[in-house]
Amino acid sequence: MSSSTTERLLRSDTERHPIEDYQRCVPRWCTGCGNNAILTAMQRLCRDERLPREKTVFVSGIGCSSRFPHYMNTYGFHGLHGRALPIAEGIKMRRPDLHVFVNTGDGDCCSIGAAHWIHAIRYNMDMTVLMHDNNIYGLTKMQASPTSPTGLKSNTSPRGTQLQPINPLSVTLGVANASFVAQAVDWIPDLLYQTISRAFHHKGFSFVRILQRCPEFVPELFEESVSDPAKILLLSHEKGLHISPELSKVYRNQENHDPGDADRAREIAAMTDYIPFGILYQDTEAPRHENVEDPDKLGTPAMIKSALDEEFDKFTIWPAE
Amino acid sequence: MDTTPNSGIGLAKKSEAATAPFKKTTETLREHIIEVVSDSGEGAQKCGQTFAAIAARMGNGIWTVEIIPAEIQPPARSIEGASGNRVRVGAGRISNGGDEADLVVAFNEQALIGRLRAGELKPGCIILLEDKWAHDRDPDVVAAYTETRADLVDQGYDVRDIPMEDECLKHVRDTKKGKNMFALGMLCSLYSMDMKMAREQVAFIFRKKSEAVIEANYTLLDAGYEWAESNLDFKYKIPATKSEKAQIVVNGNIALALGVMASGMQVCAMYPITPATSASHYLSEVFQKVGGVVHQAEDEIAACTFAIGASYAGKCALTITSGPGYSLKQEAIGLAVMGEIPLVVINVQRGGPSTGQPTKGEQSDLLAAVFGSHGDAPKVVMAVSGIEDCFYSMITARRIAEAFHMVVVVLTDANLATAQQPFARPQFSEGWVAEAVDQNALPDGAEPYNWDGRTGLARRQVPGQPHGMHCLTGLAHDRNSRVAYDPEINQEGMLHRSLKLAAFQKTLRTPPLFGGEQGDLLIIGWGSSRGAIEEAVERSRAEGLKVSSLHLKFIQPLASGLKEIFGRFKKVMTVESNWNDSMDHELIDGDNRRFSNLAWLIRGRYLVDVDCWGEVKGQPLKPGAICQVIREKLETEGAC
Repeated sequence: MSSSTTERLLRSDTERHPIEDYQRCVPRWCTGCGNNAILTAMQRLCRDERLPREKTVFVSGIGCSSRFPHYMNTYGFHGLHGRALPIAEGIKMRRPDLHVFVNTGDGDCCSIGAAHWIHAIRYNMDMTVLMHDNNIYGLTKMQASPTSPTGLKSNTSPRGTQLQPINPLSVTLGVANASFVAQAVDWIPDLLYQTISRAFHHKGFSFVRILQRCPEFVPELFEESVSDPAKILLLSHEKGLHISPELSKVYRNQENHDPGDADRAREIAAMTDYIPFGILYQDTEAPRHENVEDPDKLGTPAMIKSALDEEFDKFTIWPAE
Repeated sequence: MDTTPNSGIGLAKKSEAATAPFKKTTETLREHIIEVVSDSGEGAQKCGQTFAAIAARMGNGIWTVEIIPAEIQPPARSIEGASGNRVRVGAGRISNGGDEADLVVAFNEQALIGRLRAGELKPGCIILLEDKWAHDRDPDVVAAYTETRADLVDQGYDVRDIPMEDECLKHVRDTKKGKNMFALGMLCSLYSMDMKMAREQVAFIFRKKSEAVIEANYTLLDAGYEWAESNLDFKYKIPATKSEKAQIVVNGNIALALGVMASGMQVCAMYPITPATSASHYLSEVFQKVGGVVHQAEDEIAACTFAIGASYAGKCALTITSGPGYSLKQEAIGLAVMGEIPLVVINVQRGGPSTGQPTKGEQSDLLAAVFGSHGDAPKVVMAVSGIEDCFYSMITARRIAEAFHMVVVVLTDANLATAQQPFARPQFSEGWVAEAVDQNALPDGAEPYNWDGRTGLARRQVPGQPHGMHCLTGLAHDRNSRVAYDPEINQEGMLHRSLKLAAFQKTLRTPPLFGGEQGDLLIIGWGSSRGAIEEAVERSRAEGLKVSSLHLKFIQPLASGLKEIFGRFKKVMTVESNWNDSMDHELIDGDNRRFSNLAWLIRGRYLVDVDCWGEVKGQPLKPGAICQVIREKLETEGAC
């Protein structure tokens, strides 16, 4: 790398960009789609954290929410249905210098990519995962998703779904080595921002389930929770969300929850009367998969030559003396 | 070389050797095929491999083939549990496992039956058979042994009863650990091996064990040697020429792993699957030395997409698998093609379809490699044809992938995975190693897909490069990687991705012919069958048949000049280890015959009436069988 490039990179680290610099184009989501709020919160975060655009990568699978990287003026990887997580892991493995974000939906994460989700939690690689959960398949036009509430009528369940939905929070908390689990909703922008900011600052796999409204296919689904603040339980803590006095007047259900308390986190995750909002669980000590090798140890030709010679020696037949 | 192979080694029972009741003469051979078979876990594989290594050290040509049971813990004394090694030892270079075995060491008669039924034993060959079963406590065992032994004798096999168990018990309590060294000692005597080298090799294989273990193995080695010297009335010698240059002896999968290291690739993502996994085992042990990582993913799809992510953000990465795993990766391979992400995919082929024959070799994935993944997904497909080729192909594959931003599929198979053949110790070259990832700033407004209209090539923009921000997508996209809503844009992307293959094709040289430049029959092959095909051609030419062979390394794309070569031969056929319908069946005719993989491709491209022959018996193709095919093909009058 030339010195001028190094200087440029160092400078870009401190360069402040206005929010427009993180916007690529006008999103093609429906009017009123919760993804717009998530995008705005994320662009704010990038601005506030002064993330160098060339050092930031958004990785996604397939679905409405997975269009997200197209709307960020950073590097992006719009991959395969369900496979955002292993792609992101591959990126992070040798490039700890990159900020890696993942956008995935309820179908992408909890259905076709469920195996990757479970294992990504366990690998605990440093990335921020936003699971846009609208309880429905949108891009393919209204099929029930694994998080659809029981009884939801859709194109593939015209008489209503029979099964209970997957609880993404409980599942995540149930996996050994889970290190950051949070939940947010798209309609309280300040707390959504705080939640993803907390997730971003966590070193490890930060999983944020975001309840996201889909006015096109399930307009009534979150209506009650949006209009009735009593349906929300805010989790506050010095290590979690800080609730402003103004918000506290509206959202009176609050619990001071220590994200280190795994047992309480599981109880909160299982709540059905409220939508818990905040940091459920955080463990800063969980081992991270990318730390198994030292990525700064570059494979220089000299290293390769000496390693090969050492290996060849084990298998060599030398000519007669 | 010293003609007294045991010179310098103190043997405990030298006096017995002197009192042998017969005079031995040493017969000189050009080559021999030796098999050692036992129950799983009795060490026949180690015995065979060590014997081969000693022969290689002496300067003999060798080729080894593993005899692998398909079960983890098959029952003792079972036909399906036969485990062992075939070693073909020759005076000159050996390129394949050869025909039937000349001499077999069997730890029990059941392990032998499997080899017999598979047609792997030469009629009348020598069988050194453990005789302890004759006086087993279980009458059924005694009966089975006696019956099989009598059958073998009736069939004309030269059965020698060897008291391996009794002899070993003189030195160790547990013969499960050590009988293989006794057998090795016998083989060293029978083939006049240098016992100093034998001891060195034994010390090497037990280098991680204690002195006492090594000493115990020396004792058994010497005991086996001594017993054969005194009790067996024959002795062979296969002349050896010590190589002028250093050679390395590894199997194909280790050669692959060494090649990966040499290529400068740094990420290998895999999921356990037979027979690919042994390459990852070895790589896991050594990759760290060069800063590389083996990631054991949660599944095959994750392994492929992990490698794609690593490649996208850094140096070309690799994923390695076998048939079923290759099928699972197909969608992800299409993504790498669409995004123009360099990627090396190794498929160590096994018998298919479905779970098929996991431990047996087959060449059945060629069409899946060439045409796999939905939509038009042009990629490079190359096949390795020997152990040395496994090493260098990794370097070549990485370079092509990075130069053309393409997926390079490397096909090898179970036969090469476990076969060993010495090759010249590679001399490191800096040109092997991938360059550092470009992190320089791009000009403002740089297009991530600035396709060159002549070659289809575009630049690659890697995260970290200022001004290179774009969203890579598996959707059809324009030069700026924006989703294509315009039908012309899709057409343009397809064109350029396809053109790259044509541009790469222009760099390929026409492969050389083996045999004559023209003649009556041309055999076309690819992959691991090269040695067997060329040996068959050589033998047939010695009989006066005008046959040549052409071995293809690159199958997608095919090099120029092939059609012209085909025109110089009266008949053209492929020989491959995959399925084709035989015209002998009453249902099969020209309208429904399914051809072998490569034959389909060649017929389609060149409009040449190429015939094919192949077997899917899970064994490497034998030169003798190919000779027979050549003879029949040349005797047949009429079409092609």
